[in-house]
Amino acid sequence: MIGQALADLWSGFSVALVPHNLMWSFFGVLVGNLVGVLPGLGALSAIAMLMPLTFVMHPVPATMMLAGIFYGTIYGGAIGAILLNLPCHPPHAVTCIDGYPMTKQGRGGVALGITMIASFFAASIGIILMIFFSPVLVALAFKFGPADLFAIMLLGLVAGSTMSGGTPLKGVAMTLFGMLCGFSGTDVSTGSMRFTFGFPDLADGVGLVAISMGLFGVADFIVNVNRASFVAGGATVRLRDMRPTRKDLKESFMPMLRGTAIGSLFGAMPGTGPTVTTFIAYALEKRLSKTPERFGQGMIAGVASPEASAHAKTQVDFIPTMCLGIPGDAVMALIMGALIIQGVSPGPQLITTHPDLFWGLVASFWIGNVLLVILNVPLISVWVRLLQVPYRYLYPSALFFIAVGVLSTHNSLFQVYEVLAFGLFGALLLTLRLPVTPILLGFVLGPMVEENFRRAMQLSHGDLAIFLTRPISATFVVACLALIIFQLWPKRKFQAFNEGVDA
Amino acid sequence: MSRGEVRIDLYGGALCALLGCVAAYIGTRYGLGTPADIGPGLFPTSIGILLALAGVAIATHSARERGEAVEPPDLRGALCIAAGMIAFGVIGSYGGLAPASFALILISALGDRDNTLVRAALLAVALTVIGVVVFWWALKLQMPLFAWGWS
Repeated sequence: MIGQALADLWSGFSVALVPHNLMWSFFGVLVGNLVGVLPGLGALSAIAMLMPLTFVMHPVPATMMLAGIFYGTIYGGAIGAILLNLPCHPPHAVTCIDGYPMTKQGRGGVALGITMIASFFAASIGIILMIFFSPVLVALAFKFGPADLFAIMLLGLVAGSTMSGGTPLKGVAMTLFGMLCGFSGTDVSTGSMRFTFGFPDLADGVGLVAISMGLFGVADFIVNVNRASFVAGGATVRLRDMRPTRKDLKESFMPMLRGTAIGSLFGAMPGTGPTVTTFIAYALEKRLSKTPERFGQGMIAGVASPEASAHAKTQVDFIPTMCLGIPGDAVMALIMGALIIQGVSPGPQLITTHPDLFWGLVASFWIGNVLLVILNVPLISVWVRLLQVPYRYLYPSALFFIAVGVLSTHNSLFQVYEVLAFGLFGALLLTLRLPVTPILLGFVLGPMVEENFRRAMQLSHGDLAIFLTRPISATFVVACLALIIFQLWPKRKFQAFNEGVDA
Repeated sequence: MSRGEVRIDLYGGALCALLGCVAAYIGTRYGLGTPADIGPGLFPTSIGILLALAGVAIATHSARERGEAVEPPDLRGALCIAAGMIAFGVIGSYGGLAPASFALILISALGDRDNTLVRAALLAVALTVIGVVVFWWALKLQMPLFAWGWS
């Protein structure tokens, strides 16, 4: 088993190291890093903007590029959080708490260095987990029937809507709204049109690129224009400053391990967002620390653990997405959507039908993470300068790339209006403090949940008991219930815990 | 509650409830089907009902909370962004990619109160050139650069 996995990995490296693939992997990492540094743009908008580019590419380099953008942005987001106290990427908001005080003490370089080490370490563990767990999960996944898939997706929806940050109730509402958006278009089983409002352009449903660019790009610009000021004072970091001392390394080793464990656990669970992961990693460090009162004043553990958890989660996230076809969070949903447009459907058969894609992707993760370390050492001062690009130039440029990008997906200008509609609606939701991220998860999972539910009901001749008699589906249904009860029960405690981290 | 403070969740919940009711109503018209053969309307209807319930719950929960100050998006910025995208769509179908891109960037950039007309125009020219080279020339986007009337 292990030998087989290593042989597959070896062949994966031979795919990932083909110059053409390597180039796109590098491009993805570079763009991801760049966008991650830029204030106000995250992994979702970066992937949505570059997705149209992948339609003219081979699936292997396309996936490598998109994955590179994903972990590249996570890397870049930490830089803004540590050096300028910019919590523009929610998962890195906790990194600000101890990262920025370190910068003020002149130890910002060390914080970045530790981030780099923690990220690389956590990503490596995540990749190793992916190598060994994917084949096991795949062997199991072939036994899954529609009822089991329905139950797993249901858990993903419940977890995704209640644990992605913010109040659970609002998350649930937004997930449901996303599902309704997903039902738009031609019904697969009967061919009847749903929620098309008389537009023939909606027969194929709402475009995935259009909805994500509207909600995560345009909506953000509408809310932030003339409102948020991102420009902050500069901090210079030299290469020499980034080398942590032996004491720093010793202090951050255990937090790094714990962060990796939390990230891996949450990555394997479908539906849990990255923000919750980093917040829990930080809270755990604070609780275990002998000096909890020093958190917030530049504790290196408060940087190492959340960053490690974010990276471990990013890599482990790919396991349910690739092996079951069930995306773990909104970014994964987007990457999966890109694969489906390519004609590759993620699921248990992926490893056997597209071994080059799967193992190539795994190998490219490692190469991409090495590239990130190499890139960030000399380019850190460039990134710092980039953080000061004025918003008044940033958002018109991004809008332009969004418009042309979405236009190229279906070559129809109708998509541009779809983006605008979701942008305006998303801005309304953001103003009303309703989270928009769960919408995308519901959008992608909604139709899949419906299809599997209908299939299961057909198989059981309309008997709902099928979801409880099959052991796998029963387990996940119980897990869903447990999660809902957990959310309702210690509410006050959970809120207090969240507020404690916010402060 | 002082001026400018609103119970934000009341409006958010109402919006969800409204959306849910509309979806459920439309959903019933698609046909619910039978348990063994579920129709296309069952999921839209039931999800719509759940959304409406969630909306009601959010709104009632808000009654216990204090109001908070809400800052709506800047009107000029929002209008310019929307107008820019509509201009891209309209000019794109009648005039081609280059004028459409120029209009989008120019109009949306004017939404920022710190941008002057000259700065916005310079940005628009620069980005249009880059965009034409990248998307039209290198990536072969299927759209004429300049057009007159329907293409």
